[in-house]
Amino acid sequence: MAVRICEDQDRHVSYCGCRRYSFGRRLNIRRYNFVKVKNVKPGKTNFMTTKTNRHYDVIIIGGGATGAGTARDCAMRGFRTLLVEKFDFTAGATGRNHGLLHSGARYAVTDPESAQECIKENMILKRIAKHCVDDTGGLFVTLPQDDIDYQSVFVKACVSAGINAEIISPEEAILLEPSVNHDLIGAVRVPDGAIDPFRLTVANVVSARQYGASILTYTQVIGFEFAQNRVVGVKLRDNRNGEIWSEYAEVVVNASGIWGQHLARLVGVNVHMYPAKGSLLIFGHRINNVVINRCRKAADADILVPGDTISVIGTTSSRIPYADIDNLEVTRDEVDLLVREGALLAPVLAEARILRAYAGVRPLVADENDPTGRNISRGIVCLDHAKRDGVEGFVTITGGKLMTYRLMAEMATDVVAEKLDRKSACRTATIPLPGSELDKAEEPFGKKAHIIQLSTEQKAAEERHGSLAEEIDFKTEYDEALICECEQVSVGEINFAINKLHCENLINLRRRTRMGMGTCQGEMCACRAAGILVKHNRCAERTLRDLSSFINERWKGMKPVAWGESLIEAQFMSWLYEGVCGLDKIATPLDKIDSK
Amino acid sequence: MNRDRINNGTGTNFDECIKCTICTVYCPVTAVNHDFPGPKQAGPDGERYRLKKPYFYDEALKYCLNCKRCEVACPSEVRIGDIIQQARLKYSKHAPSLRDRMLASTDFVGTMATPFAPIVNGMLHLKPVKKIMDKVLGIDSRRTFPSYSRELFTEWYKREAENEQLKYDKHVAYFHGCYVQYNYPQLGKDMIKVMNALGYGVILLEEEKCCGVAKIANGLVKEATRDADINLRSIRKAVKHGVSAILSTSSTCTFTIRDEYTHVLGIDARDVRDDVMLATRFIYSLIDEAGAKLAFRRDYHKRVAYHVPCHMERLGWAVYSMSLMRMIPGLDYVPLDPNCCGIAGTYGFKKENYDYSQAMGRPLFDEIERAGVDLVATDCETCKWQIEMSTGLPVQNPISILADALDVEETKKLNNL
Repeated sequence: MAVRICEDQDRHVSYCGCRRYSFGRRLNIRRYNFVKVKNVKPGKTNFMTTKTNRHYDVIIIGGGATGAGTARDCAMRGFRTLLVEKFDFTAGATGRNHGLLHSGARYAVTDPESAQECIKENMILKRIAKHCVDDTGGLFVTLPQDDIDYQSVFVKACVSAGINAEIISPEEAILLEPSVNHDLIGAVRVPDGAIDPFRLTVANVVSARQYGASILTYTQVIGFEFAQNRVVGVKLRDNRNGEIWSEYAEVVVNASGIWGQHLARLVGVNVHMYPAKGSLLIFGHRINNVVINRCRKAADADILVPGDTISVIGTTSSRIPYADIDNLEVTRDEVDLLVREGALLAPVLAEARILRAYAGVRPLVADENDPTGRNISRGIVCLDHAKRDGVEGFVTITGGKLMTYRLMAEMATDVVAEKLDRKSACRTATIPLPGSELDKAEEPFGKKAHIIQLSTEQKAAEERHGSLAEEIDFKTEYDEALICECEQVSVGEINFAINKLHCENLINLRRRTRMGMGTCQGEMCACRAAGILVKHNRCAERTLRDLSSFINERWKGMKPVAWGESLIEAQFMSWLYEGVCGLDKIATPLDKIDSK
Repeated sequence: MNRDRINNGTGTNFDECIKCTICTVYCPVTAVNHDFPGPKQAGPDGERYRLKKPYFYDEALKYCLNCKRCEVACPSEVRIGDIIQQARLKYSKHAPSLRDRMLASTDFVGTMATPFAPIVNGMLHLKPVKKIMDKVLGIDSRRTFPSYSRELFTEWYKREAENEQLKYDKHVAYFHGCYVQYNYPQLGKDMIKVMNALGYGVILLEEEKCCGVAKIANGLVKEATRDADINLRSIRKAVKHGVSAILSTSSTCTFTIRDEYTHVLGIDARDVRDDVMLATRFIYSLIDEAGAKLAFRRDYHKRVAYHVPCHMERLGWAVYSMSLMRMIPGLDYVPLDPNCCGIAGTYGFKKENYDYSQAMGRPLFDEIERAGVDLVATDCETCKWQIEMSTGLPVQNPISILADALDVEETKKLNNL
């Protein structure tokens, strides 16, 4: 493909090899239309960390919850910190799970240690990440086909792990959550909840940045810099333009989840991973307001979690080869299984509209000091490779769960601190994340609320960003105009996300704001958001390709469940973008950049 | 696909919405009032958020007319209007004010006003009274009130018509509604005239209350449900008694009984749904299916524009009224574009809505003024008030026009009576 670089480089984000000239001619639009944008300083990408050639104390690889949490912890302890992520934050397992704020009850019987970690972190997160947590409470229900005796075993295990589990009658359970299967024969109430992993991760990133950390997204580690037996830096590639350079640090932390096996190999050490695929389905609206679990030994499709405006049922579990971790497909059998088993928890699932299916990979790790990899560890694995393999300056933090990300970060940071010889106390459990600083009673728009009624999009923004919502403009009618109608995302919120939350494409925007996550799956909002985005990046060519990949990405998740309304929706979307806009003719997707 | 399914656990079919936004394009309110989020936002989109937390209820939903044009436009048959009405009834924190109660309690106010009709009518036209109502109650002073009749329709019926009507072999029951009862008994008399000419006696329901549309619109669910129960009991009795149909001359009353009872109030009225219909539809089906014939006066000459009320659009029955009027040889029929007149029952009486109400109706008024007609026909009484007030032209129900143009003796002869 012949690629021409933009002519006016000085006014343009330089990493994009775009063919704006020819594109402009084809659409018959004036060439410079989109560069004349007010209020944005030319050439300045105010949301990105640029290469500084600084020397860092610590480089953290991986922009999931663990990586972001570690970056926050390191930055809070005063280390010069760099976080690198090959695509976008939460692009891996962090963004592809239930979003369940475990009470630990699910692990109480089989893994008391995890259960204790969970309940501790559960209580910490409810305090430090209020705006990411939906404290719904949870139920463990026993159905007629389940063994009711398990209930007492379960409750006993919960109590000994410190989880407040309370047996309630089936009638009470139905009253608490009307959508639950009314045939249930037993119910236990536990302090489960829902957590938004996207918000949680970004809040950690924002916090890390506030404490001085540098952040690089779309930057992949392709190798390491060594000095004798010591890792002294990382070789990086900018995934947008292919540029290669190195950054140096005293310690490198591998927090890249399942991809950690590959990185460890680049260093020359072995970390055995066992990728286990889990598939989940998203329903179109909030079916339940209380988390529903099956009270039995953990099995497929036995958790239904209300997450923001939707409900998620999952998961399945199947081992996949390591080579497949970047190409996850949800199969028909998995969808069938999820709907069939899900309907046992809440019968309405059999008929409710399904928005999409997705799958993630659990990063199960071989036991800590067993390089043969026969024994799987379910808990947190923190490896100091100096002790384990004799490679100084490299730490791997993996295993664990979303729930314990903070604890994992704390463990990794403790090792880093020891290596840097700068021992310090962890404060991440006490200082609230950005967005959760205010008490629930003090709402960010509190003062305004007395004068005018809050609009739905303001309320939604407040729910999503907590006290950070203060920074969102709702000054003009344009700011209040809706980009995403399903999820009530306004122009102001999109601008806020672009300026403050590391967004450079539509998929980033979706993860930061829920734009395109609603019923229509981006049908209405994608091109509107692209219109805002192009004002910031000033490259129509790239934004068009971005739009194309966004639509493709939405379709990927809709495809496994494409029947009924979802199929009609997809058809309508294809008419709009292919039929009316001709998107398939004018832009090829940027799949190479971010296929997720 | 089963389009009627409401088993997604929420009682409405909002998740069938494919976000095409056609409803918002057809919404008369969105066009004039930017505070109203539009039917898609207020309905299916808002519902997802309200299911998450009732906190997301937007008080701007009060601007909805409940005209149901969104439902007519919707290609997925989502009952958007119902979703909005239900949300208002369920989540709104505003208790109905004294004014809302007065406007909604048509039965009570009507019963109080008719004995003093001349005084009340005179008073309601006095500027100071209007100003006081504007300031104290919030009923806009620019709005003209319908005048009250001296005698209730039912009183007239018992005195003059009842014995006569019982003599017929076939009967229809007449749901006269508040307007005929308290304001304009002439429409009921016209209705009896037409039905009699076709060989049907008109009887009344054992007990009739207001259909409840105004109470639903003003959030008085309990009162509306009570009235609905009484009406349904009477209707079921009449059906059992063997009447051919329960007829109404108001499109809104018909629509409310047929659909709103079930969908909004949650009272199952599906068993009698097919028995309740608009008089023009019944007459048309007599002509179309039973071979009934109508004869008209030769000296009837009028140019008439027909305005389709919103609820008539929703029923899909405008064609019956239209076809009947077009049968009249001396009637020069002028169709009007489908527009909302803006009054929507009690909505347009409220001070805060008056300007929006008139703005919504403006395209219709302009078109009527351009049409150069003698009178306007419409099946809805509140549309009638709005058009009369805003254009100055007389407005009649198609049944009245039919009665006016009908040659009763000739019709009877044609139908072998």
